[in-house]
Order: sequence, then structure tokens, then C-alpha cells
Amino acid sequence: MRLESHLRARRDEGHKLLVPYVTGGLGAGWLDVVRAVADAGADAIEIGIPFSDPVMDGRTIQEASQRALELGATPAKIVAEAGQLEVEVPLVVMTYCNPVLHAGYARFAAELNAAGIDGAILPDLPLDEIGEWAEAADATGVETVLLAAPTTPDDRLRAICERSRGFVYGVSLLGVTGERDQVAHQAAEMGRRCKAVTDKPVLLGLGISTPAQAVEVAGFADGVIVGSALVRRLLDGGGPEAAREFVGSLREALDR
Amino acid sequence: MTAPSRGTPVRLDPVDAPEPTGLGRFGEFGGRFVPETLVPALEELEAEFRTAWSSDEFRAELADLLTNYAGRPTPVTECHRLSERLGLRVLLKREDLTHTGSHKINNVLGQALLTRRMGKQRVIAETGAGMHGVATATAAALFGLDCLVFMGAVDVERQAQNVFRMRLLGAEVVPVESGSATLKDAINEALRDWVATVETTHYCIGSVVGPHPYPWMVRQFQRIVGDEAREQCRVRLDGADPDYVLACVGGGSNAIGTFAGFIDLPNVRLIGVEAGGLGLATGKHGASVSRGVPGVLHGARSLFLQDEDGQILEAHSMSAGLDYPGVGPEHAELAAQGRADYVYATDDEAVAGLELLSVTEGIVPALEPAHAIGWLAREAGRSVPAGTTVLVTLSGRGDKDAAQVAERLTGEQLE
Repeated sequence: MRLESHLRARRDEGHKLLVPYVTGGLGAGWLDVVRAVADAGADAIEIGIPFSDPVMDGRTIQEASQRALELGATPAKIVAEAGQLEVEVPLVVMTYCNPVLHAGYARFAAELNAAGIDGAILPDLPLDEIGEWAEAADATGVETVLLAAPTTPDDRLRAICERSRGFVYGVSLLGVTGERDQVAHQAAEMGRRCKAVTDKPVLLGLGISTPAQAVEVAGFADGVIVGSALVRRLLDGGGPEAAREFVGSLREALDR
Repeated sequence: MTAPSRGTPVRLDPVDAPEPTGLGRFGEFGGRFVPETLVPALEELEAEFRTAWSSDEFRAELADLLTNYAGRPTPVTECHRLSERLGLRVLLKREDLTHTGSHKINNVLGQALLTRRMGKQRVIAETGAGMHGVATATAAALFGLDCLVFMGAVDVERQAQNVFRMRLLGAEVVPVESGSATLKDAINEALRDWVATVETTHYCIGSVVGPHPYPWMVRQFQRIVGDEAREQCRVRLDGADPDYVLACVGGGSNAIGTFAGFIDLPNVRLIGVEAGGLGLATGKHGASVSRGVPGVLHGARSLFLQDEDGQILEAHSMSAGLDYPGVGPEHAELAAQGRADYVYATDDEAVAGLELLSVTEGIVPALEPAHAIGWLAREAGRSVPAGTTVLVTLSGRGDKDAAQVAERLTGEQLE
């Protein structure tokens, strides 16, 4: 329960939570990027394990995934490398069902646990299909974060929040990942509905692109997840320093 | 409903069809592996389909459309010269004779009616060879729906005629550049669109793939192919059934629709013919049952071509409609049970099949069913014993492939 307890503790200290996403294996320096993101004030970090067919992702993360795969990234390598990180904050992998199923649910969960990775997000494994994986993950202590969407009806939302471990990932818009000019109108309602049925940390993610947007969306829940806006900076040639600067700007805005 | 003007309206689903269990499971395959955003829409679609499928009014309307718009029932044609050549008795189920030129229209008319029932104004579709895109664009025009079709950029290139047809029918065609720029990537892009537009849009999936209820629902819409063929064969064969029933398999909708009509007849051997591409040993093929392993893609657990890390591989077939690295979950289960056998024909064998049927019967098949003809030509008198009776579903006509085949056979581009 390290992910959830850490996020709860940070929340209870009065912080808005910040969880950035970094594509694993995106260049030789990706571990340094994760370290920089941790230093810059992340409360937990999502590590993307690239998949060939990421249907929940927009152009930026598609491109990052493709590039990482071309550079030879594999699920096993990313998990093993992440195991060397020694950062203070909890790590969560985000990937799709197939690479995990292919490795074997039990084996993959054990590998995460051995690498000191606390959680997993599998966006194409919804509540109804979670059983087999959740059994393996629960047995090793890996916390499986579930997504709640604006289209999720109330009774189902309650069940999702109940089953989610670590935090609840509220999807803040209708669509896939990627930067947006404005905060979607669904974000406020999503945050309110999740907060109404759970005491677990509720983070909103998708489309959050700027410090100002992060502040706005964090106001609807306990915090935010920021992916594409950070990954785009890496694709544009930015390294650990660019990551530190951007995540630092988010942190500062959220703490202001 | 207007009175049918063309013979008796077709009958839908005359016998009980096996339903998937649980959440759309065929054995261990199937399911609903999609982002949470889509789950409620799939539940709505499943409920709507269940209600509609048991409604006399819906069935009457669909039967009327299939009869008087799509031109059903399609005939079963006895192939005298081909039979003589191969030493078999070969019958063809003529889906190439439907409106729009392939079996795809059967499914699309059903889904268009459901779209209207759900009060949605917009449909999206993926397409490989373009036949499903054309069928969807056709139904959208008929029902006054907005239509967007995702098509791999490679397929846009090799199926230019179908792209033009879709645009003529008022649909927007979006070339998809990501990944292998073929059918797999078109489905990815359609799913991404749907996640953003699900409240107002119906995703009209063209094959027996995708999350529950699609593999089951599309099979129900396509089983008219097999149900008709079973009766027609009995008339032609003095009450007997064919020994073999053959169909090509990409995602597998024409095959599953055909098989559904014969599945309860244990003496009828069901054979799905996959794309062998350049040969299985080259790794450049679309033989997902023969060479795939269990995985999850596009919402379902099934068999997929993938590498040792679970990354999906690119399929290869000169036929855009079979250029898909997976197969519908019910096929994966039929293979696991041993109820159906899955074989393959290479690109070369498919072209040979296309030429053979053209010169012996005056029927130019699409490249997809030409795989079934090509396999049969190879296996006649070998694994398919001389004198046996074989029904082949001719899922579409070859017009769309004329330019591609001409270039391959003559090395010259058609004017």
C-alpha cells in the first residue's frame, strides 16, 4: 500500500498531488529524466512501457512509444532498469494489457514487485476484465489503479473506486491522451463525482498541458497526472533539465 | 414496412445460434478489453442489439433491406468447368452479387438500423480493402448519417477505386499513417476517435473482431450467408450437405457467417483460408490462427501475430482485406476445439485462384476469396479427396483489385 499511503500522506499534509508520466526507454538518458522529475517535486511517477498499438494515446505518446521501441525498449528491460532508480517517490507503470498478458500476469506482477515498482495502470483492462490480473497483482502487493471516465454511470463508478488501489485515475475529458488548449468541461464533474464516493486519492489526467491548467484541474480533485506535455519536451530534444524545469513549474504552481 | 418486391424476404437466424458466455467469451477468447470510456457504450449496444434481434419489427425491417436493397438471397452457383478441372464438385455462395459487391453490406445494414435506434447521427468505420468502408458509406447515405472511414495510407494507395466510391457516397476518408498504415492501424485510429465521440457516434466494426458484443453481433448479422447456403445446398444436392465449407479469413466475418449455417453438422468440414503472404516461413503473412499466439488487441482476447515481448507484428498480404495480424475470437475458439481447420494460401496462389475462377467460370473474385480458390486448387485430389463436394463463399467481387492484379500479372499499370 505504499503508493496509496504515500499519496494520502502528501494530500493530508495539504499538498495537491502531481504525477508526471515518462515514456520508459525513450533514449539512453530516460532514467535521468525520471530522477529529475522526482527531484522537481513529483509525488509519484508513471513509467510508460511502450506498446505497438496504444489506442488510449494521442500522437505525442504514440510517437514516443514508437521511438522507444525502435531504440530497443522492451517491458523486461524497462522494469529492470527502473529497479535501479532509487528514487524516493513511488513508481507506477502504465502499459497495455497485451505485453503483460504475454509475459504472464503472475510473472509480470512479480517482476514489478522485485523492481520496487508499486503500481500498475492498464487502460484497456477495465473493471470487468481485471480479475485475473488483479489476483496476481494483489498477491504481490502491486497496486492496480483503475480509470473512471466521464461516461461511467454512478453505480459503476462506485465499484471502480472501490476496486482501485493506490489512487483513482479520473479521466478528465472524452478522448485520448494529448495536450489541449483548454481544460475540458468534463473535468470538474469527474473530480466531484469521484470525490463523492471515495476517500482514496483522486487524480485527474488527460489533456493537462500547462501549470495554469494543472492548478485549475487540481482544484476539482486531489491532484493531476501530466503526460503528453512532458513527453513532447523530451521528443523535442529536451533531457533531464527540461523535464526538471517543466515539472518544477507545475509543482510551484500547485504549491502556490 | 413496404411489401417485398423481389421474391420472399430472407429469413434471419432460423436456428438457435450458440451465444458467447459471460462477457462475450468464446472459450477463453473474446471479452471486452477497452478503455473505461467505451464500456457504457458497449453495454448500451449489447442491450440494444439483444432487444432488436428479438423484435419482429426490427427483423422485418432488416429482412426487407437485405432483400430489396442488398439483393438477397444471393445464389449458390454450381461451377461445372472448375469442378471438372479440379475433380471436385464446387459450389460458390455468391456474396459478390450483393449491392456494394461483398458480404459486408449484411452487417452494415444491421448496424445502421441499430445506430438509428440508439439515436446516434454519426458512424465511423475502419476499412482494409475498402469494402466495409464502401458498405458503411452506402448505409450512411441510405440512412442520412454522417460517416467517417479510417483507412491505412497503404490501403488508400492500393484501393484507390474504393476510396473514390466512399467519397462519392458522401463519406469522409481519413488515411491513417501510423504503424503499418494498414487495417490494424485503421482500427486503432477508429477506436481513438470513438473514445472522444462515443456519446454521439456509433463505431460500425466490419468484422467479427473487437470487444463484446461485436464478434457475436457481427456474426449474427453475417450468418445469413451460411443459413441461406445450407438450404440452397440441400436443394441442389438432393438433401445432402457439402463435405467441405471454405471461406477466407482476415478478421473472419464472411467465414464465421458461413460456418454458422453448418456448425451443427459434424460431417461438414469447416475450413478457413488465411493469407499466406510470401509464405509462412518468410514471416510475411497474415496467418494469425496458424502462427499467432493468444493476446489482447482491439478489445478482445484472441490469436495475434506478435513478437517475444508482446508487441503486435505487421501482417503481410497483397490482399488488403486479409492484411490483419489477428482473427476474431470465435475463430480462435473453433480452432482450439478443432471444429474448424485453418490453412493458408500465398499471394501467388491467390492470384492463381483469381485467374482460374475467371477463365473457368467467368467470375472474377476479389483477392480475398481468391485465397480460398487458390488453396482448393492446390489441395484438390490431395487433402481434399477427388469427388468431394465443396462450398466456397465468394465474399466479394474482383473489380476493386483489377489495377493491382493487372500490374502484378503484366507489370504495367492500367490506364
